[in-house]
Amino acid sequence: MRIEYFQLIDRIVDLNLADKTIRTEARVPDASTIFEGHFPGLPLMPGVLLIEAMAQTSGWLIIGATNFTRMPFFAALKQAKLRSFVTPGQTLSLSAQLLHEGSGYAITKADIRCDGKVTCNAELTFRLVEFPNPEFRANMDRMAALLEFPLGALAHG
Amino acid sequence: MPSTFDTVANIISETCDIPRETIKPESHAINDLGIDSLDFLDIAFAIDKAFGIKMPLEQWTQEVNDGKATTEQYFQLNNLCTRIDELVAAKGA
Repeated sequence: MRIEYFQLIDRIVDLNLADKTIRTEARVPDASTIFEGHFPGLPLMPGVLLIEAMAQTSGWLIIGATNFTRMPFFAALKQAKLRSFVTPGQTLSLSAQLLHEGSGYAITKADIRCDGKVTCNAELTFRLVEFPNPEFRANMDRMAALLEFPLGALAHG
Repeated sequence: MPSTFDTVANIISETCDIPRETIKPESHAINDLGIDSLDFLDIAFAIDKAFGIKMPLEQWTQEVNDGKATTEQYFQLNNLCTRIDELVAAKGA
């Protein structure tokens, strides 16, 4: 996880397009300037960044489900629950399920587990648009490689 | 069995907290009911689920942006319900 670069997941563990699910993982860094302010004496992973991590996990699922033809942009959040503190050094197991892929939008539900226990969960809505430009798309391809996106899971043809 | 309009009007009322009695077949979702594009995603999700369809919002939006269609054709509720009925019929064909 590179918080300062908004890279909130480390690796795609599994992508199952038949079940419309994805699993990713991330390790909260031991140190970050963010923890200096959030909070002095009690460093905690900010809840908004946990939500962003669920959004990024959901986003890669949607990119897979749309066969790299659409870029999802986070649009709405519902039923978000931050159930327990997440601290530096913890390993996060994230998962998401695609509830609905509409025309130009998608809905997922996602959660994060620490040591097998759900620490947060939510329902997320995304707008889906074509990749805005070739440079953007190329960067997403680089990120996909970095996260070990399983290209073999994509539907071909 | 409720009509397509009743189902859509109930969805809009519940999703956007708009009094049901103010939603008429001739109401324009955007211009009359003040529904914005983000709220319309919630409505679209509920309509897709209720009717088992996938409303082609991207295509409709593109047609409007290209000047090939007006927003009334897709977002005035009686017209929207006609589109929904067509999609349901096409699904069963």
